[in-house]
Amino acid sequence: MMSARDKTVESAPPIRIAHAGSGALLLDAAGSSFSDQIQEHIWAFSREISKEACVTEVVPGMNNVLVIYDPLHPTAGTVRDILLHNWANATPGSVSGRAFEIPVHYGGESGEDLAAIAAFCGLSSEEVVRRHTQATYRVAAIGAMPGFPYLSGLDPAIAMPRRDSPRARVSAGAVIIGGSQTGVMPTTAPSGWHIIGQTEIKLFDPDRVEPALLAPGDIIQFTVAGIEE
Amino acid sequence: MIEILSSGATNTIQDGGRRGHLDIGVSMGGAMDISAFGAANALLGNPADAAVIEVSMFPFRLRFHRDTNVAVTGADCMPAVEGRIMPPCWAWEAKQGEILVLSPPTSGARAYVAFGGGIDVPKVLGSRSTDLKAGFGGWEGRGLMRGDKLSLVPVDVKRIRGLGYGGLPYGEEKLPLVHPDSVAEVRAIPAAEYDSFSLGTREAFWQEVWTVTKDANRMGYRLSGATLRPKSTLELLSHGIVPGTIQIPPSGQPIIQLADANTCGGYPKMATVIQADLWKLAQMPVGGKLRFQECDVVSAIDALRIAKEFPNRLASALSYLAG
Repeated sequence: MMSARDKTVESAPPIRIAHAGSGALLLDAAGSSFSDQIQEHIWAFSREISKEACVTEVVPGMNNVLVIYDPLHPTAGTVRDILLHNWANATPGSVSGRAFEIPVHYGGESGEDLAAIAAFCGLSSEEVVRRHTQATYRVAAIGAMPGFPYLSGLDPAIAMPRRDSPRARVSAGAVIIGGSQTGVMPTTAPSGWHIIGQTEIKLFDPDRVEPALLAPGDIIQFTVAGIEE
Repeated sequence: MIEILSSGATNTIQDGGRRGHLDIGVSMGGAMDISAFGAANALLGNPADAAVIEVSMFPFRLRFHRDTNVAVTGADCMPAVEGRIMPPCWAWEAKQGEILVLSPPTSGARAYVAFGGGIDVPKVLGSRSTDLKAGFGGWEGRGLMRGDKLSLVPVDVKRIRGLGYGGLPYGEEKLPLVHPDSVAEVRAIPAAEYDSFSLGTREAFWQEVWTVTKDANRMGYRLSGATLRPKSTLELLSHGIVPGTIQIPPSGQPIIQLADANTCGGYPKMATVIQADLWKLAQMPVGGKLRFQECDVVSAIDALRIAKEFPNRLASALSYLAG
């Protein structure tokens, strides 16, 4: 007879583990496209593994998670086994996300790549905007920049590979698409993603009790504040 | 109190860095050259994490508004006080009214100026480090400018007598690029997409002499040299990265992510520079040359242990000398 625990072991998604230097391991469960189910496993694993004595930081990504540990800690030698055990036994729970609406000025000077995405995808600019606002997105992870949300749910028809070389300066509030992902710039910074619009929502403030506005599990809807060619 | 007389926008207040906020996208930050930073505080008997000034734009000048113990480590920038030039990695007592001048370095790229007690700025998210990208921490979230007046943490510090004293932070190793022709050896561990590059491409990565381009700052360095491409195009989902991550973007020219790097990235990763060698990158100027040397995890941990012990050894040697 199969115990509940064996069943859990069976249902954990397969992972690849790679070194990220001598004090971090990257666990990658990504398949050919993003999976919400795998992401729930990532969240559950991240909550548990952060309690381990040698673990100093846990960075959930998109269907992957970077675990940083102190390589000089006494239990660091067995960290790989600890990770594998926790991965197999992580039990995804319900994450109750809050709902946010983000109004966007699409195109024009503040959305300079909208036309390029439309051309790449063989759609009109209006159709790209329609598809971008029609989808409902879920915050999969926060990262890259302070408060930057990685969102799942982008319509694959408006995906476009990242730029060959990042731009040195993309303004705070820029709404962007990179590969099969979309997001909003929380600060002015370099980025290799394409800019389709601009919003006034402030995603990060270090003086707030919760500096990041959004958290994993939150639900996002983009709305049209305006469209320019 | 100390007053900044001349500075550049990239000269910032830094400490040991920000911990525990990578999961909301906040970079680790902190001193780029942890060895020189540790030595500066150790020379003064400061707490190991006391805030210092990281200077990467020269000349840099400041005035002491009271008698203050001070240490300058890292790049050799001929620290001068009233015409006296201090040796590299040196601690002494500066007198009220004196002016300290750091000149463009003869070797290295970043100098660390520590003060008895450390610089007193509010901690933001647990650290006094300046996050230039996000614009918080340190002094008003920005680089130091003429006229800025910095307070020091009030502590009862022992006065340094006579000419002062020193202690080299790097053991047997010399600063890279003491000689314009020298090539720094930077150890790195193969990373997640290493096998996505052909054997020939991997060999080119290890054999190439890479040049630091002018796109080099606290976020990362872009290198120029051979063009590296994976066996087939990789479009990865975004994932957490650590300082030292060497990415190969579609342009084929490597980027090394450093202290203020984004916490996540999406480019394929060839290797990760070991923590014990990150200081070499911190001390490499634009045009500097380096070669990557393949390293295993065990050797990397040994090197890290030695690097981490250094400030403690320096501090205990100093307390032994002080009797």
